[in-house]
Amino acid sequence: MSNSSKNLKKIQDSLVWRYRAEKAFRWCGIIAVTLGLLAVLALFLDIIFKGKGAFSATYMQLEVTYDQQLLDIDNFADQKQLIVADWGALYKSALRAEFSDVRKRADKRKLYALVSNGAGYDLRERLLANPSLLGQSESVWLLADDDIDTYFKGWLDGDPYTARLVDNQVKWLQQLIDTQRMELRFNANFFNRGDSREPEQAGIRGAMIGSVLTLVLTLVLSFPIGIAAAIYLEEFAPKNRWTEFIEVNINNLAAVPSIIFGLLGLAIFINFFHVPRSIPVIGGLVLAVMTLPTIIITSRAAITSVPPSIREAALGMGASRNQMVLHHVLPLALPGMLTGAIIGMARALGETAPLLMIGMVAFIADIPGGFTDPATVLPVQIFLWADSPERAFIEKTSAAIMVLLSFLILMNISAVWLRKRLERRW
Amino acid sequence: MQASNVFFLLMGLATLGFYLGRGRSLALAKDLRGIRDLHSLPNYYGYYTALWCGLPALLLLCIWVVADGSVMTGLVMESLPSAEHPSDSVEYTLLANKISNLSIGVLPSAGQPDFLLDAAQQLRDLIQLSNWIMAVAVLALAMVGLIWGRAAVSANFRARQRVEKVVQYALFASACLAIFTTLGIVLSVLFESLQFFKSVPVADFVLGLDWSPQTAIRADQVGSSGSFGAVPLFAGTLLVSVVAMFIAVPIGLMSAIYLAEYANRSVRAYAKPALEILAGIPTVVYGFFAALTVAPYIRDVGEGWGLSVSSESALAAGAVMGVMIIPFISSLADDVISAVPQAMRDGSLAMGATHSETIRRVVIPAALPGIVAGIMLAVSRAIGETMIVVMASGMAANLTFNPLDSVTTVTVQIVTLLTGDQEFDSPKTLAAFALGLMLFIVTLILNIVALQVVKRFREQYE
Repeated sequence: MSNSSKNLKKIQDSLVWRYRAEKAFRWCGIIAVTLGLLAVLALFLDIIFKGKGAFSATYMQLEVTYDQQLLDIDNFADQKQLIVADWGALYKSALRAEFSDVRKRADKRKLYALVSNGAGYDLRERLLANPSLLGQSESVWLLADDDIDTYFKGWLDGDPYTARLVDNQVKWLQQLIDTQRMELRFNANFFNRGDSREPEQAGIRGAMIGSVLTLVLTLVLSFPIGIAAAIYLEEFAPKNRWTEFIEVNINNLAAVPSIIFGLLGLAIFINFFHVPRSIPVIGGLVLAVMTLPTIIITSRAAITSVPPSIREAALGMGASRNQMVLHHVLPLALPGMLTGAIIGMARALGETAPLLMIGMVAFIADIPGGFTDPATVLPVQIFLWADSPERAFIEKTSAAIMVLLSFLILMNISAVWLRKRLERRW
Repeated sequence: MQASNVFFLLMGLATLGFYLGRGRSLALAKDLRGIRDLHSLPNYYGYYTALWCGLPALLLLCIWVVADGSVMTGLVMESLPSAEHPSDSVEYTLLANKISNLSIGVLPSAGQPDFLLDAAQQLRDLIQLSNWIMAVAVLALAMVGLIWGRAAVSANFRARQRVEKVVQYALFASACLAIFTTLGIVLSVLFESLQFFKSVPVADFVLGLDWSPQTAIRADQVGSSGSFGAVPLFAGTLLVSVVAMFIAVPIGLMSAIYLAEYANRSVRAYAKPALEILAGIPTVVYGFFAALTVAPYIRDVGEGWGLSVSSESALAAGAVMGVMIIPFISSLADDVISAVPQAMRDGSLAMGATHSETIRRVVIPAALPGIVAGIMLAVSRAIGETMIVVMASGMAANLTFNPLDSVTTVTVQIVTLLTGDQEFDSPKTLAAFALGLMLFIVTLILNIVALQVVKRFREQYE
C-alpha cells in the first residue's frame, strides 16, 4: 500500500469520531439553550402556581345584627362615638349567635379568630353608608382570617392545610361549608389597600403608588440630564483627556453594583444634605443617579445612528451648531432615546438593594399621597412579604411579583413597539 | 412662602421675561427693515432675557434652601440659655432634632421644659421670617435680572451667541455629573471607611478570621466583643460567585455558540429574546425563587442522598445567581463571536475542519479576550449582587468552602448592618462602608480591566 492511501485510510477512520464529536458539540449547544429556556419556564410557572390563589379571598356569610346597645351609638354625626364604638363586637356576636354552643373563653377566642380582625371596620363602613341599618340585622359576607383562607383554598383542592387550626375550628368551618356559606370572591383588597400585618388585609396599592411617584421623579431627573450629557459627548466634546475621563467614568458607573448607590444615597443625600428617609424623593434621587449612565449610553447610540449628512445639510443651510443639534439631530434621535429611557426605567422599577439602604423598607400601611410622604416600592414590598413568617404571605408575594413582572413586560413591549414604530432606517 | 411656590413664581417671571425680551426686539425691528436687521432671531432675545431673569435667582434659591436649615438651627442653639448648651456634637444633634420636632408639632409640647418650648417657638418664627426674606430676595433678584436682560436688547446685540454659550455650559455640566457621581461614591465610602479604620486596624479587617459585628452597649454584656475580620465574608462571596460561574459560564457560553454558529434564523429570533427575559427579571424575584423553591428543593434532594444541607445553602443562592447571569454571558459572548471575521471561519472550513473544530480551534481562540472580559464583568456582577443572597443565604459568617453550608457575603452584611435606624459613629455602621469600599474597589478593577480588553478586542477586528 502506498503512503498516500495509508494517510487517506487514516483520515477516513478518524472521520467517524470527528463527526461524532461534531454531533456531541452541537447537542451541548442545544442542551445549553434548552436549560436556559427551562429556567425561564420554571421561574414563571413557579411564581404563577404559587401566586394565583392571592387573587381570590375567602368570605363567610354571617347574620350580623347592628345592635345599638352593643355599639353605644345614637348619633352618627358624633365622631367620638364612632371612634369609641367596639365595631369588632358586631362580628363576634354574630359568630356567637351562629355557634351558640361555644361557652368556654378559650374556645370563644378560637371562634373569633375565624374572621379577619379587620371585618369590624368593613361593617362600620357598611353601617355608615346606610345608617338605617342600625338596630336591624342582615346577612353579610365577611372576610375570613388568613389561616381560614389557606384552609379553605386547600379544601377546595382536596388537600386542606390544618396545621394552624384546632379541631373545633375545623368543625365550625365544616359546618359553614356544608351550609354553603363559605366562598371565594375576587380579592379587591389586594389592589385597593396598603400593607398590613394581617395577610388577608394586605394590599399592594401603597407600594404601587410609591413606585409610580419614585419612577416619575427618576425619569424627570435622569432623562433630561442624560440626554444633555449624551449630546455634549457626541456633538460638542473636544477630543481630550477630560472627555475621555468622563467617558471612562460613565462606563464604569454603569457596571457599579447597585448597592453602592445605596451607600452613596445614605452618606451624601441623607447624612450630608439631610433629605428625609423613606420618601419617594430620596428613592427617586438614588435611582436617577443609578440609571443615568444607562440613559447616557443608549442616548449616545441613538445620536450616533443619525447620519452625518443631516448635520452637514443643516450646517450648509446656515444653522449654528446648536440649532443643528436641537432642531435636527435631537428630534431624529429621540425615539431611540425614549426606548433607552423606558428600559432604564424598567430597571429602576425592579431595583431593590439601594432602596434598602435609604429607609424605604419601613412598614407603611398608609397609601402615600405625595412625594414627601413615607412610601415603599413594589420590589421592596415583595422583599418585606417574602421575609414574613405567615404562610399566607407566600401567595401574596407571588401575586405581587406577577404584578411587578406584568408592568416590566408592558414597559419592554412598549419599548420594542416604539422602536419598531418610530425607528428610521437610513 | 414655601420654596416650591417661589420656584413656580420664578418660572412664571422667566416666561414673562421671554415675552418681554422678544417683544422689545420685535418693537426694535419695526423701526428698522423688519427682523432681518436684528442680529439674532427674536426668540433668542426672549431666551436671553428669560435666562437673566431666571438663572441668578434660581441659584440664590438653591443656596438658600440648602443652607437655611443649619443656619437657623445654629441661631436657635446659640440663643439657648448657657446652662443648657450641649456639651458635644451628639448631644447637639439630639437637642436640635428635639427642637425641630417640637416646632413642627411631631413631638407633643406637653411636659417639655420651658427653654425648649421657647426655642421651638423661636425656630418657628425664624423659619417664617427666613421664608419671607427668601421670597422677597429671590423675586427681587429675578426682577433686576429681567430689567437688566431686557435693557441689553438692541439690534446689534449678539443674543444667539450668548444663549448658545449658556446651553453649551449646561450640556457640559450634565456630562460632568458622571464624574461627580463617581467622586460622591468614592468620598462617601472612603470617608466613613477611614473613620472605621481609626477604631479597627486595616490588617484586622482584611486578614481577620472572625466576623461578629455586634458591639456591646454595656461593658458587662456577653458575647459582643465586636470583631471585624472580613475574611469569612470574602470567602462566602467567593464561594457563591464560583457556584454561580459554574452554572452561568458553560450554559451561557454554549448557548451563545449555538445561537451564533448553528441555529437557523427562526430559532435564533425566538430563543435569543426568550433567554434575555432572564436579564430583565428583578433580582428580588430571583431571591424569592431561590429562598422558597430552589433552597428547599436542594435540601430535600440532599437529604435523600443522606447529606446534611443547610436550608440557606450557598449552592441555592449561587445556582439561582448563575441563572440570572446566563443571559449576561451569552449576549456578551454572542457579540464577540459575531465580531470574529467570517474569513477566518471560511479558511478553517476550507482546510477540511468540521464546524465544531472550526469553532473550538479558530473562533473561540480569536474571541477569547472578549469572552474572558465578559466573564470578568459577570464575576463583578455576581460579587455585587445583593437581593438573591440577602434572601437566600444566611447571616452567620462561616469560614467554609462547602457549598452545602450556609455562608454570608459582603453585600448581605452591608444590608444587615445598614437597614433600619442607625447612628453614624458606631463601628458597626461604619464597617458597612468599609465593606462597600472593598466591593467598590474590586468591581472597579474588574470593570476597568474588562472594558479595556473589550475595547482592544474591538479595535483588533475593526
